[in-house]
Amino acid sequence: MTPQSPFLVVASVAAGREAGLRALLAEMNSAPGVVDPDNPVLPFGRFERVHFARLMVLDQTTMADLSLYGVSPPDLGLRLVLLGDCDGPARTLLDELAAGAEDGLRRLFGHCEGFDPGTGLAAWLHAHSRPTQANYVNWLGRTVCQIHEESALQRFLSARVPRMPVASGEARRRRRELIEAARAEQRAGRLRLSAPQPAPLGWWLGNLAHALGVPLLALLVSPMLLLAAPWFVWRLRSLERSDPEHCPPPEAGHLRALRELEDRGLTNQFTAVGPVKPGAFRHALVPVLLLAIDWGARHIFHRGHLARVQTIHFARWVVLDGGARVLFCSNYDGIHEAYMDDFINKVAWGLNLIFSNGVGWPRTDWLVARGARREGCFKKYQRAHQVPSQVWYDAYPGVTLNDMRRNRRIREGLEQGEMGEDQALAWLRLL
Amino acid sequence: MTTTTPRPVELDDVQGLLRFGYSHHTEACFLLLRVKDPAAARAWLAQAPVTTAVEAKPVPATAMQVAISGPGLAALGIPDDLAAGFSEEFLAGMAGDEDRSRRLGDLDSSHPSNWAWGAGDAVPHVLLLLYALPGHLADWRRSLEAELASGFTLQAELDTADLAGREPFGFRDGLSQPEVDWERRRPVEDRDRLEYGNLTCLGEFLLGYPNEYGLYTDRPLLDPGRDPGVLLPRAEDRPELADLGRNGSYLVLRELRQDVAGLWRWLAQQAGGDLDRARDWAEAMVGRKLDGRSRIPGARGLNGFDYAADPEGLHCPFGAHIRRANPRNADYPAGTRGILARVRRFLGFDAGALPQDLVASTRFHRILRRGRAFGTPPVPEQALAEPPPTAGTGLHFICLGANIGRQFEFVQSAWIQGTRFAGLPGEGDPLLGHRLPGPDGAPSDCFSIPRADGPDQRLCGLPHFVEVRGGGYFFLPGIRALRYMTRPR
Ligand code: HEM
Repeated sequence: MTPQSPFLVVASVAAGREAGLRALLAEMNSAPGVVDPDNPVLPFGRFERVHFARLMVLDQTTMADLSLYGVSPPDLGLRLVLLGDCDGPARTLLDELAAGAEDGLRRLFGHCEGFDPGTGLAAWLHAHSRPTQANYVNWLGRTVCQIHEESALQRFLSARVPRMPVASGEARRRRRELIEAARAEQRAGRLRLSAPQPAPLGWWLGNLAHALGVPLLALLVSPMLLLAAPWFVWRLRSLERSDPEHCPPPEAGHLRALRELEDRGLTNQFTAVGPVKPGAFRHALVPVLLLAIDWGARHIFHRGHLARVQTIHFARWVVLDGGARVLFCSNYDGIHEAYMDDFINKVAWGLNLIFSNGVGWPRTDWLVARGARREGCFKKYQRAHQVPSQVWYDAYPGVTLNDMRRNRRIREGLEQGEMGEDQALAWLRLL
Repeated sequence: MTTTTPRPVELDDVQGLLRFGYSHHTEACFLLLRVKDPAAARAWLAQAPVTTAVEAKPVPATAMQVAISGPGLAALGIPDDLAAGFSEEFLAGMAGDEDRSRRLGDLDSSHPSNWAWGAGDAVPHVLLLLYALPGHLADWRRSLEAELASGFTLQAELDTADLAGREPFGFRDGLSQPEVDWERRRPVEDRDRLEYGNLTCLGEFLLGYPNEYGLYTDRPLLDPGRDPGVLLPRAEDRPELADLGRNGSYLVLRELRQDVAGLWRWLAQQAGGDLDRARDWAEAMVGRKLDGRSRIPGARGLNGFDYAADPEGLHCPFGAHIRRANPRNADYPAGTRGILARVRRFLGFDAGALPQDLVASTRFHRILRRGRAFGTPPVPEQALAEPPPTAGTGLHFICLGANIGRQFEFVQSAWIQGTRFAGLPGEGDPLLGHRLPGPDGAPSDCFSIPRADGPDQRLCGLPHFVEVRGGGYFFLPGIRALRYMTRPR
């Protein structure tokens, strides 16, 4: 199994270079929101380990909302963000990018502070990498290569299966015929089904340590937590009553800029950023919650669903600027309105848990209730906090998570030994 | 949860179309108007005899409804800051930008640039819906047109046809509607629903009332200083403000041209001339029999069914028009009973339930349909004759709702055009799909019919049967709001 990892590079855009940077980013697209996978700047399509990637110019959006607390927002300037998800370790991917797209990356980061022609590119990328505090992967271990191979297998078999009733007792024979056809295709080199690679031992150990370490830590501090619980509840409830809610409608131009990038395929990207509520309470709570979310995503929700939501490929929460703001990014199937529908109707509690620590979030109760369930307020809030990704890459447009789930079952059925009649029929019906 | 009895609905302030389909009024015509002289237009609208939702006995011979578009508000002199309180979708308009068209599937020959009306400068300002008992339309319409001439130019008239409860493809239509909670029986609360139900909160259709989330949808609320004559009702949720939205709704109108001959000829050809088979396929595509009966075994009457008994789509395919347009499910997959099952499903741990959980909570996506057919469609047998009949026919699709984005647009884009609806392998609505390939070149022009004893049957290469010819978003105001907006100044 090859584990997936997030990569993230953040750099400050040098003064006066914004327009040039935006123009360069636009050059990478064949249409707004549609990257050319072979573009001369950063040809994502040539890096087989990359699932999703995006480049964006991050401004100070919504930092001004801190003034609701009488706090003057810090000047964070403009950032260039490169982030994505890849098979295997992120570190080596950055090395590969630096080696394989050196000129383009130099042109991109040449717009940033402290980057000059003499800068060592790979070292610079590493130095500007930022950790991802909480990361979600829909199906741990599923590689880009596997997704493409299984999708090709499904297309081959679905086109070939006779679309007629299967007479009783015939299912196994039908299946065998299809398997033989697929094998012949494989021998001819037209279909490939690569064997999974074992995960490195170091990864297993690290994962195990994380799986046990976090609960252990929780256990260790639990007496203190228990003692502090009454105070915590009192403090939380009083903040929930006094924290200002701020959901003005997003500006029409902002909305247009976001929508221009959406629904050009079956999968979309979402990025939102916002300041954390001032005060030690929220600033202490955020890292703890992110640790818990990360733990849950890594050890519980890595098999096709994040609680009830089955349409998120990758998602991550990143603390930026020393805790001043949190960045949330995801890649999801379906239209934006359906994504919001899932957020509100299926996992509002989960959103509230973390995002209610952000300035202006719709009022919550007990950290999980109401909040995102306040439909109108929530929808305005998320749009106002959303930021456009000038460049967005998807390694498998046209393949949704549900397709992958079906394709995987098709492959498993192909590789399985003899089946009973019912099982064989169920497999044929997947095609 | 409120314990006080809610205020009864002011039916005399609600336009009748919200409550009635005017099915006795078999003659109907929709006038698309542009404002020529704002003062004259306002003066006419201020006294327009709009029919209300109060039940009249005997039924009136004629009924008129008035709706105004976003540009119409400006043309009538409604201040911008007031109009800004309406929803974003309404203000932007159905053909307002390419992104919306893409989401709605208005592409190719259905693209707004090919519309007869509703795009660019051709957005109507005011929509007048005229309904009349048999024999009462022609004269009324003529005298109205004369009255309107001083304030408006007549952009287009959409005639309708009485097809005796059928739509042009030949299916019975208008059978399933949400039951609007006029008595306000549904408690105002935000609670999960474990059963699919047809009774839907008033606020899903009428602005100014709580919706299915127990919340009030955004609408223009005015400082009372702007309504010195107290023409407007006060907002229920904010009694200090005047409510311009209350008792109003949004109206979506789309002129959908149907290729009736195309549908039947294609199906007959696919079926190798076997007309029973062709009909069976057409019924699978709609999700009902031609005469309106459900395909779900054990359905009680025409609407006593949901899809819990058909989890594999063996009776009504997942892709069928009515299953897409209303998946009839609750907030959790069917059969969620007991606290343990609920917790498991809440966390997504019930692997068996996940496939059915791809689409949930239909109650937030209901629409009230009020469309009318137009033209003279051939009956299926005529459709097959040589030469094929060509006369224009179709549906003036109309639906009402308090939230265009969450209701009409969601249903149209996520469910009807969505090629992965409920986990389908890549196909749009068999009647309404745009048929264009996806960005990866994968076709979207198939229709899958699941069967128990083998792989799905698949009809592929479906032609484009329905083309959009025009459309728009309108506000169907409450009577007092209409008087307020058109009062003399
Ligand atoms: C020319 C285009 C269309 C045709 C021929 C058509 C045809 C039909 C037919 C025959 C029915 C079954 C009758 C019934 O259940 O009342 C139906 C139901 C329905 N249609 Fe359409 N329709 C069209 C367009 C649309 C559009 C554009 C939408 C929405 C965006 C829509 C939404 C619905 C809904 C919600 C139902 C009721 C489903 C239920 O509650 O079970 N239809 N349609």
